[in-house]
Parts: sequence; C-alpha cells; structure tokens
Amino acid sequence: MQSISEAFGLALALVLSGDADLIEIVLLSLRVSLTATVVACLIGLPIGALVAIARFRGRNAVLIVMNALMGLPPVVVGLLVYLYLSRSGPLGFLGLLYTPTAMIIAQTILIAPIVAALSRQVLEDLHAEYADQFRSLCLTRVQTIQALLWDARYSLLTVGLAGFGRAVAEVGAVIIVGGNIDHLTRVMTTAIALETSKGDLALALALGIILLVIALCVNGAVQSVRMTAVKQAYV
Amino acid sequence: MSDAVAMPHSLTAPSEDRAGPLSLDVRDIVLRFGETTVLDGLSFALGASGCTMVMGANGSGKSMLLKLLHGLMEPSAGHISWGGYAPQEVTARQALVFQKPVLLRRTVAANIDFVLKTRGKDRARVTALLDHVGLTQKADQPARLLSGGEAQRLALARALATDPEVLFLDEPTASLDPASVLAIERSVSDARDRGVRIIFVTHDVGQARRMADDVVFLHRGRVAEHSPSTEFFAGPRSSAARDYLNGRIVV
Ligand SMILES: Nc1ncnc2c1ncn2[C@@H]1O[C@H](COP(=O)(O)OP(=O)(O)OP(=O)(O)O)[C@@H](O)[C@H]1O
Ligand SMILES: [Mg+2]
Repeated sequence: MQSISEAFGLALALVLSGDADLIEIVLLSLRVSLTATVVACLIGLPIGALVAIARFRGRNAVLIVMNALMGLPPVVVGLLVYLYLSRSGPLGFLGLLYTPTAMIIAQTILIAPIVAALSRQVLEDLHAEYADQFRSLCLTRVQTIQALLWDARYSLLTVGLAGFGRAVAEVGAVIIVGGNIDHLTRVMTTAIALETSKGDLALALALGIILLVIALCVNGAVQSVRMTAVKQAYV
Repeated sequence: MSDAVAMPHSLTAPSEDRAGPLSLDVRDIVLRFGETTVLDGLSFALGASGCTMVMGANGSGKSMLLKLLHGLMEPSAGHISWGGYAPQEVTARQALVFQKPVLLRRTVAANIDFVLKTRGKDRARVTALLDHVGLTQKADQPARLLSGGEAQRLALARALATDPEVLFLDEPTASLDPASVLAIERSVSDARDRGVRIIFVTHDVGQARRMADDVVFLHRGRVAEHSPSTEFFAGPRSSAARDYLNGRIVV
C-alpha cells in the first residue's frame, strides 16, 4: 500500500505518460457508455415523445412507472441482466455474459428510463405551448413528434448528456455482467473498485482523475449547450 | 337551418374538394370552464365572403370564439356549422393568427418553410412570403428573437402560407407601429379581395372602421349586436356597444 502522495505522483505519471493499459480501459469505458447512451436515446426519445402527446387511460400509472424506473439500482439491473444472459438463462445461448455487449445492454436498461422520463417532461411542456398552433395546422402525430423533437433539440441534448454521465460513472451493473476482465471488459469504474481493493492506488487514482475530468467535461457540455440555447432563444 | 345536425360526419369532403368559402352558422353556443360561463347562448350567422370584425371588452370571449369556430375546442353546448361541416372538418381550410404568436424555435424562414412543407405547398414561396411581410432582412435570425410586431408579421405570413379559405386574426396589430399596422391591413384586405373570408378581432376602433364589412359585438357571453359596419359606427343599437365605443373614443 502506497502513501497518498506517492499514489498521486504515480497516478499523474500514468496519466501524463499515456499508459497503454490505462488508455485501453478509458476507451472501452467511453465506447460502452456512448453506445448505451445512443441506444437508450433511440428507445427513450420516441417513448418519451409518445407519452408526452398521447392521452390514454392509465397514463398516470405509466408516468409513475417511468419516473420510478429512473431510480433503478444499478446492481439490481446487473443482476437481472446476469440472470438472462448466464449460461442457464433464457438468453444464455447468445454467449454474451462477460462481454462489452452485456455491459452495453445493462447500461442501456439503466439509462433508457432516464432519457424517456426526462424527455417526456421536456416535450410535454413544449407541446403545451405548441398544441393549438399544431392543431390549427392539422399536423399528423408523426409530424408533431418530429417537430417537437427538433424544437427541443438543445434540451434533449442535455438529457442525453445526463444519461451518459450516469452510465459512465456507474459500477454496480457492469461489474456483475462484465466481470472486470483485463483487456476485455475492464472499464474505469470496475478497475477503480478492483485496484483499490488490491491496494494498487496509483492506477485507481489515475482512473479516478480521468473519470472526474470526464464528469467535468459532461457538465461543461451541458452548460454550453444551455448557454447556446439561451442565446438563440431556443429554450 | 340545422345542416350540422343533418350532415353525418362520415360525409367528410376530400381535402381537394374546395368548393370555395362556406357560410357560417353559430347556434346557441355555450362555453363553460368549471363554474365560469364564458359564452352563454351565443348565436349569429355570417355570409361566405367579406371581413367581419369581432369586438368586445377584455375577457368577453373573443379569442375563445375564434378557437371554437376554427375547431380547436368543442363548445359545452350548441352548434357551429360551416355550410354543413363541423369546424374540425374544415380546420385544414382555415388559418388562425393567435393573439400571442406561437413561433417555432427555428429561424424566421424555417418557420414559414415548416408550414409549406407539412402542408405540401411549394417551398419556393418562402422568399415571396417573407417579402410580403417585410421580414426578408430577418430571414436567418432565430424567430423567437423577433420584436412583438415582427413576430405578428411572421405569424401572418405563416398563416397565408397555408392558402386558407378563412383567415382568423386575433388582434394581429396590437403591438405594431403605424406603418406595420397599415401594411398588415393592406395584406389582409388583399386576401379578402381574393375571396378569403376574414374574421378579425380588434380593439382598435379606427381599424374596425377601415376594415369591417360587419361587426359582431360580444357582451356577457352573447352577441349584443351584429350590424353592418356603417350602421354600427353611425350609432350602435346596443347600449353595451355604445358604452364600449364611447369609452374608446372619449378617453
Ligand atoms: N382554460 C380556461 N379556464 C378558465 N377560464 C378560462 C380559460 N380560458 C379562458 N378563460 C376565460 O374566458 C374568458 C374569455 O377569454 P378570451 O381570451 O376569449 O377573452 P378575449 O375576449 O379574447 O379578451 P382580450 O380582449 O383580453 O383578448 C376570460 O375571462 C378567461 O379568463
Ligand atoms: Mg383575446
């Protein structure tokens, strides 16, 4: 076990030297979480849009479920995906357990509800403003959804960034379905958990620093998207 | 008389069948929001052409009436018939310029293009429509950064882009400078002369005098008076309209 200052020194050296293992882990993290974010948006945005403009029986129940799913505990999602993908599970024949694909699936399940619930709120507010005008123009439901998605583009971008932020920082689900296998499924959060328990604080800290920088960048991106939107009066 | 009742809803005319503007028959419509009654047995009839001004005090239900006639809302009771069609059946043949213009979060030109595209019109008309309302210089600006008067002009251009048979205008010149008021009035008059049925809400007595063929005056949820413009401004029959005009003219 190294002292804290020693660990910090080694961590900085790793980051600055562009250590190959470190880069591999970071790139895999980004690949998994970005893919999960894109898939979650493809699923979550249409659902959010539909629920935002449709009026049907049981809509309130759907809203409650959507909001509740936002708080899904990652370990529970990991466990469920594990059960489905494990050799004896219903999807075991796919052989996906302990692959990046399994991690993408778990993270998608984790953040699709976030994208759906947040975008539902954004699109419903916008629709309240546009509804009379759109009815006057006799838009079809598809035209309405397309126009809402486009006009809410800045807000939806921040929704996507929020989803990505949650995915890249979560550890519970990916450690269960990915297994933290070196060179295969080791991502930043699982590596931090493992290296810390092994006592290799340098690598853990180096990854921690990068994760923090990514979190900062995501927040910076959200902020600049908001500012652009305000400047263009697109909020 | 009660065409609206006799006409089954399945007999919807195909959208291409445009027989020209339709006359309007409004019978005993009531509009309630919970305990409040906004319109209380309102009736009137309009011919198929011309420019009708709708006047009345703030809160007398003018904006709600336009939404009902355009098919955006259902009355609590009563019948509205456009030559036998229910309002929802002819919404696509009409356009409404809202009291508060609802502009898309896009550029000025894109706001017009959106309407032309979704309604299957010739998208090359954007330039001419922008020019028509004097917004050519602003074409590439975000629409929501327009001034109040510019926004109203864009809303009018967007309404004209749909080639409506009936054009509803809800105080479209309320925040405009005198030159823009005249420009809007000219383009509305042009539309009227091309056969577009105009139904125009205003508080501007001078404007009503300039534009109106007839005036519908709302008071206490009913039509207090419906007279040809000349008669209305020479001396309204109803005391409500007289008070309204006096208040406007004296102050
Ligand atoms: N959703 C609603 N719930 C309750 N009351 C409503 C609702 N919508 C409109 N009203 C009421 O209906 C009345 C008529 O409103 P409307 O907007 O038609 O007035 P108006 O004649 O257009 O007034 P103005 O000259 O100020 O534009 C108002 O008193 C308003 O408060
Ligand atoms: Mg009004």
